[in-house]
Amino acid sequence: MADARFTVVGGGLAGLMTVIKLAEAGQKVDVFSIVPVKRSHSVCAQGGINGAVNTKGEGDHPDIHVKDTLRGGDFLAEQTSVKGMCYAAPGIIYLLDRMGVTFNRTPEGLLDFRRFGGTLYNRTAFAGATTGQQLLYALDEQVRRYEVQGLVQKYEYWEWLGTVRDEGGRCVGSVAMDLNTMEIRAFPAEAVMLATGGPGIIFGRSTNSVINTGTAAGRAYLEGATYANGEFVQVHPTSIPGEDKLRLMSESVRAEGGRVWVPKKKGDTRAPKDIPESERWHFLEEKYPKYGNLVPRDVATREIFHVCRDLGLGLGGKDGVYLDVTHIPAKVLDAKIKGVMEIYEKFVGEDPRVTPMVIFPGMHYSMGGLYVQFQPGKNLEPEPAHPKNQATTVPGLYAGGEVDHAYHGANRLGANSLLSCIYAGMIGGPAMVSYSKSSGQKAAAPKHFEAARKVWQERIEQLRKMEGPENPYRIARELGELMTENVTVVRTNDKLRKTIEKLAELKDRWKRVNALDSSNNANRSLSFVNQLWNMLELAHVIAKGALLRDESRGAHYKPDFSLPEPKTNDPREDPEWMKLWQIRHEKWAKTTLASYKEGEPQISYEDIPTPVLQPEPRWYA
Amino acid sequence: METRTAGGRTHVHFKIWRQETTDHEGRFEEFKVPYAKGANVISCLMEIQRNPVTAEGKRTTPVVWDSNCLEEVCGSCTVNINGRVRMACSSLVDHLAEPIVLEPLQKFPLVRDLAVDRSRMFDALKQVTAWLNIDGTHDLGPGPRQSQGDQAVMYVLSTCMTCACCLEACPQVQLGNAFMGAAAISQARLFNMNPSGKMNADDRLSGLMERGGVQDCGKAQNCVEVCPKEIPLTTSIAAMNREVTKLLFRRILSLDLPSARAAAGPG
Ligand SMILES: Cc1cc2nc3c(=O)[nH]c(=O)nc-3n(C[C@H](O)[C@H](O)[C@H](O)COP(=O)(O)OP(=O)(O)OC[C@H]3O[C@@H](n4cnc5c(N)ncnc54)[C@H](O)[C@@H]3O)c2cc1C
Ligand code: SF4
Ligand code: SF4
Ligand code: FES
Repeated sequence: MADARFTVVGGGLAGLMTVIKLAEAGQKVDVFSIVPVKRSHSVCAQGGINGAVNTKGEGDHPDIHVKDTLRGGDFLAEQTSVKGMCYAAPGIIYLLDRMGVTFNRTPEGLLDFRRFGGTLYNRTAFAGATTGQQLLYALDEQVRRYEVQGLVQKYEYWEWLGTVRDEGGRCVGSVAMDLNTMEIRAFPAEAVMLATGGPGIIFGRSTNSVINTGTAAGRAYLEGATYANGEFVQVHPTSIPGEDKLRLMSESVRAEGGRVWVPKKKGDTRAPKDIPESERWHFLEEKYPKYGNLVPRDVATREIFHVCRDLGLGLGGKDGVYLDVTHIPAKVLDAKIKGVMEIYEKFVGEDPRVTPMVIFPGMHYSMGGLYVQFQPGKNLEPEPAHPKNQATTVPGLYAGGEVDHAYHGANRLGANSLLSCIYAGMIGGPAMVSYSKSSGQKAAAPKHFEAARKVWQERIEQLRKMEGPENPYRIARELGELMTENVTVVRTNDKLRKTIEKLAELKDRWKRVNALDSSNNANRSLSFVNQLWNMLELAHVIAKGALLRDESRGAHYKPDFSLPEPKTNDPREDPEWMKLWQIRHEKWAKTTLASYKEGEPQISYEDIPTPVLQPEPRWYA
Repeated sequence: METRTAGGRTHVHFKIWRQETTDHEGRFEEFKVPYAKGANVISCLMEIQRNPVTAEGKRTTPVVWDSNCLEEVCGSCTVNINGRVRMACSSLVDHLAEPIVLEPLQKFPLVRDLAVDRSRMFDALKQVTAWLNIDGTHDLGPGPRQSQGDQAVMYVLSTCMTCACCLEACPQVQLGNAFMGAAAISQARLFNMNPSGKMNADDRLSGLMERGGVQDCGKAQNCVEVCPKEIPLTTSIAAMNREVTKLLFRRILSLDLPSARAAAGPG
């Protein structure tokens, strides 16, 4: 293993934590990223990172964090990994603190915590409202330290194109393309980690960064890796609608006291400050007195949708409700959520400290992703350094971060993603090292690498020559509109069927695409044409998963198949309802598995072991 | 907010620098992009991708530029807009005079069109040891306590997104020269303020004394005026200058001490 090298694709939190774990173990790592790693999408995270550190005297505990997470995800999450994550969380937050993250502090100088959605505890550590940026920088700095020591080689502005396989199907490396020189090369690796983030751009405008096309996950799926729970797509309740993207207004705005409301009177044209308190409808607080504005995201999103689309009470009769922080002193806002206040100010041109913000739900996060496995160890947490942890169905290929399917089930709780990304890296790195030691196979023959490189070289050349009438960016926009319209908050089988038909049309049009640019220097259009195909394939997985799942669960909401409202406040006291719940549960509490066969996603379902927590009705009223 | 949008504006006029490589001649291309309320420079560049046709109706290639977050936090999209360096994603067209002129940064090697190579900034972070030497990633409990006041100062410094506005505006930074610029100097201050970072503060100061270090700053203060994150760069530079001077004195004293004593004799 003298010249053993590992590959990590992605320089967000999940990727960089994997790199750190590998380098710390003395391994050499090549890390690939479309943008300089410090500019990865993880910088966008605003609100914070969860850990039951219990410094507020509330009796919080990792077990309660486990319960909130599993319940929040309506029992579709992989339970051992969730347990491992929640128990590791306090240590992870301390580690980040030691790395120099400028977390907010209490008067005693301890880490401060705030309350996020779907929990009743102050469990979220935060650095202003730019927590993801601070966390990513901390990991970036540690990786730079290893870079200086010669353990880490960065390939920034390089795009991962696909795997290299040996005759047994084992992943023995990757093919990647330099986005500036357009050079294509094969890179041998003991194991490859995909930490390539989410697929938000499949939905066109979302809260995601522009490179989050899901291309790597799409490609891995086309090459045989199983994709799971694709239909579970989180639509965040509060974002600012925009031309190019939906800018997030973090949950931390509500955590710091922000209130959601609309005028009670339909078509009320008064300025918000002229509407007296008694004529404002705080619909979340009214319907969910216990959790108030901090109900889980799927619940808040549906309520806002309902108020605007069904009741016609949206502001000015359109999509939009108030998110109001004007009752909070500007000083407090600036100390805790200045980052998001500035985003609103800069992009809308109004001061949210003075005028209530206007927001609407926006596509935000994919709970689904590449199917990964875990080896349950003692305490029902993943066995440390077991090669199975974070492993995809392709031997030697790992996945971690938003691109994996495991931690969030049918709905992710706020501030749990940064945590799951870092935890996936912490267990994924050691798993890769164990795998390389245990796989005991001789190094793959050079011919595999040359063959794979050639396949890609030819494919890219082919794409470069495409001179049809279709503009790839326009196809992408149509894809986004299609998916946002039909595969987000409210889903019906009728529309989902039409979506799948339309996707076939878009794929057909892709075949008549124009590459727009034949240059051999920084040809971004060429790279995009290739990515677009992977996006279309992944969109198909998402839409088909949604079509086949005839129930409502977490972010996947189909009114035609929803359970009726229970007759009692606590549903467990309504035996009739509990019967219906049980039937639904037995039929659908399963992981959706999509594998690529004959140009189609083949969908099957897998039971979810529940050794940590028995499922129960999910209820927040 | 300016409201020049009134009066039925239908198009936004752009003049964009096009240059395939440094071996090619550069030129401006003009575009008329359909106006949309709230549009920013990037959303217009995206519109050009969907319809890569110049104002004269000539087909062209989509413009090459860098961007990612579109909310001014990743630091990717720095360009010169109407002659001033700024972030393209947060530059709303309603606030810009037309034609909107886009040019690449001048202090960095050109990649293509509006994209440049800013790796010198990441190299500078290595030069100043911009990290903490943690013992390992195993659980060692919390780090040292920190006051709310210190946190507030360090937080602002740590929002630097390596965007390069400060380098582009700095008269001392030139294409190909070694001056690290304000961003790295300010990062050195951040880590030297950190309670555990203090333990190897001298490593960072030594980095600041090397070629291209803080001594090259001419104190023109352009940097602080263009920083989109309003980082107090001149305060950082002054602080680091003081620390570097102190270190120099300490070095002179410790080096000269024995010989100085000998020279003075038992006296
Ligand atoms: C606006 C916003 C706010 C959020 N706030 C929070 C929050 O407060 N708390 C929380 O817990 N979560 C939050 N989230 C979610 C969280 O930020 C993301 O889920 C998380 O950062 C994803 O990290 P990652 O490491 O998986 O991927 P990313 O950070 O997306 O990184 C992906 C990496 O993969 C690389 N890559 C992708 N494809 C390729 C390819 N083909 N070749 C080479 N490289 C490739 C990219 O260059 C990048 O480096 C937020 C999300 C958004 C959109
Ligand atoms: S003070 Fe002037 S010379 Fe010094 S870094 Fe700033 S702009 Fe450059
Ligand atoms: S100091 Fe400011 S201008 Fe300079 S790189 Fe950092 S954020 Fe950009
Ligand atoms: S795109 Fe990230 S700062 Fe502009």
